[in-house]
Amino acid sequence: MKILEEKIFKVIMICAAMIILGVLVYIIGTVFYRGLPALNLDMITKLPGGGFYLGKEGGVLNAIVGSIYIIIGSLIISILISVPLVMYVNFYLPPKSVFASSIRFSLDILFGIPSIVYGAFGFALMIYLGIRASLLGGILTVAMLIMPIMMRSFDEITRLLSHDLPDALLSLGATKYEMVKVIVRQLMPGLITAILLAIGRGIGDAATVLFTTGYTDNIPASLNQPAATLPLSIFFQLGSPVEEVQNRAYASAIILTIIILILSFSARYFSSKFTKNKI
Amino acid sequence: MIPANQILIKSNQNSFIEMNNEIILKKLIVNQSIRIENLDVYIEDQHILKDINLTIPEKSITCIIGPSGCGKSTFLKTLNRMHDESPEVKISGKVFVDEENIYGQHVNVIDTRKKMGLLAQRPCPLPMSIYENVAYGPRIHGIKKRKAINQTVIQYLQYVGLWEEVRDRVRTSATRLSIGQQQRLCLARGLAIEPEYILGDEATSALDPLSTKKIEELFVKLKEKYTIILVTHTLRQAKRIADHIIFMYMGKIIESGSTDEFFNNPKKQLTKDYLSGSFS
Repeated sequence: MKILEEKIFKVIMICAAMIILGVLVYIIGTVFYRGLPALNLDMITKLPGGGFYLGKEGGVLNAIVGSIYIIIGSLIISILISVPLVMYVNFYLPPKSVFASSIRFSLDILFGIPSIVYGAFGFALMIYLGIRASLLGGILTVAMLIMPIMMRSFDEITRLLSHDLPDALLSLGATKYEMVKVIVRQLMPGLITAILLAIGRGIGDAATVLFTTGYTDNIPASLNQPAATLPLSIFFQLGSPVEEVQNRAYASAIILTIIILILSFSARYFSSKFTKNKI
Repeated sequence: MIPANQILIKSNQNSFIEMNNEIILKKLIVNQSIRIENLDVYIEDQHILKDINLTIPEKSITCIIGPSGCGKSTFLKTLNRMHDESPEVKISGKVFVDEENIYGQHVNVIDTRKKMGLLAQRPCPLPMSIYENVAYGPRIHGIKKRKAINQTVIQYLQYVGLWEEVRDRVRTSATRLSIGQQQRLCLARGLAIEPEYILGDEATSALDPLSTKKIEELFVKLKEKYTIILVTHTLRQAKRIADHIIFMYMGKIIESGSTDEFFNNPKKQLTKDYLSGSFS
């Protein structure tokens, strides 16, 4: 009986792994099968020319640059807000603080809100502030989207930190601020993981930038100009009746994936550079 | 079980007399570095330390022994005000360090902690290089000159016998050291802030016998300059290095005295039972 139990559970586990692998291979396979032939140097070095969405020549450089601008801008904003918040919740508030748990609870709710709602909210806010659809609007809205993710995952990792390090620092006569500075160094890998999760969600999201960033065939020269983004670029190309353009959408998806990969690897690289003295 | 104001006084022969005479206490008070009066500590609703009155003699090693959960570590934490970080801990009573009540109104907690070098149970090097670990304390306490910091780092690494072992790699991570070396590094780091007291919270319990021996030798060397208070689980360690013993049980001080007297001629039945291993 026990052996049977063991066998059944093993089969279930293997099936689960296979399903996940299968889905992944299918998605990547489709993207590469359709996108790879359409992927060429023009795609990443040229702006869309006239009639690009009808099959004429050009590339998606506008969207690549726009997406990178937006994700970097929103990362800067959300890191500047997330790190102080997580440190405050974990090291300044008492462990059983009601305030801390209500912050965590609100982050959990924000985490689950669909991105289109952020888009709509950002749009409403922009109308109120009198900002047009622009790079700045996109950066702010994407920052709102990724902040809860970054905060919550950084918070989870910070909570796992043992008391030894804070205690050691305090007993040396460090002030809380001095203590937090060392702790952030120690938690750098956790912060990098949080940033990677945030990049993954933020760079691929179409709904937040739909109303707030607009779309353009040019590279934005300032914060109050509209910007193109890869997810929207993919959306518009897929909507084209021309098959060649649809294939270019898959090629753009490959570019997006590669950008995420490059960001991930460089984050890991810098994280290992920063944390060679980690405990 | 204990007299209301049990007081320990260091006599001329460097041994303890247990007495209730306050007049003698006042005369001798100047020599005594840490004095605790009517200390009660509560964690949430639990009464952890019950009416502690004692004096810790300077420039010697005082070991606090007792079974697990008797309040030894809690007691140690009251000395450098580490309980400040836990709002559920309530403290009443007075702790005089150099004749100043550290729980008084105008006392800066940083100053108090700076006087106390703490050596924790598990070594916890900071996420920096070996050099930076020792330099960290002086830096946060305002020493900026590179030369002075250099000197301090080398001096204390030499003092704990680590300099020869790590001189070629002081710029590498402190975490690559063995655990015994890490504990000596933590000691050097604590000494670098130039404390007057050294607190050890089972500072050797995570170490191998050889590293334990090195740390113990350091403590014996350090007592010329510092007042050392150690919490320990091992009676043999207390026997080896302590000058004075404090035996705690259930949050109270049961008996205290010089090491010789305590081990050879314990007065209380509870102490005898503990020493014979009836409970631990």
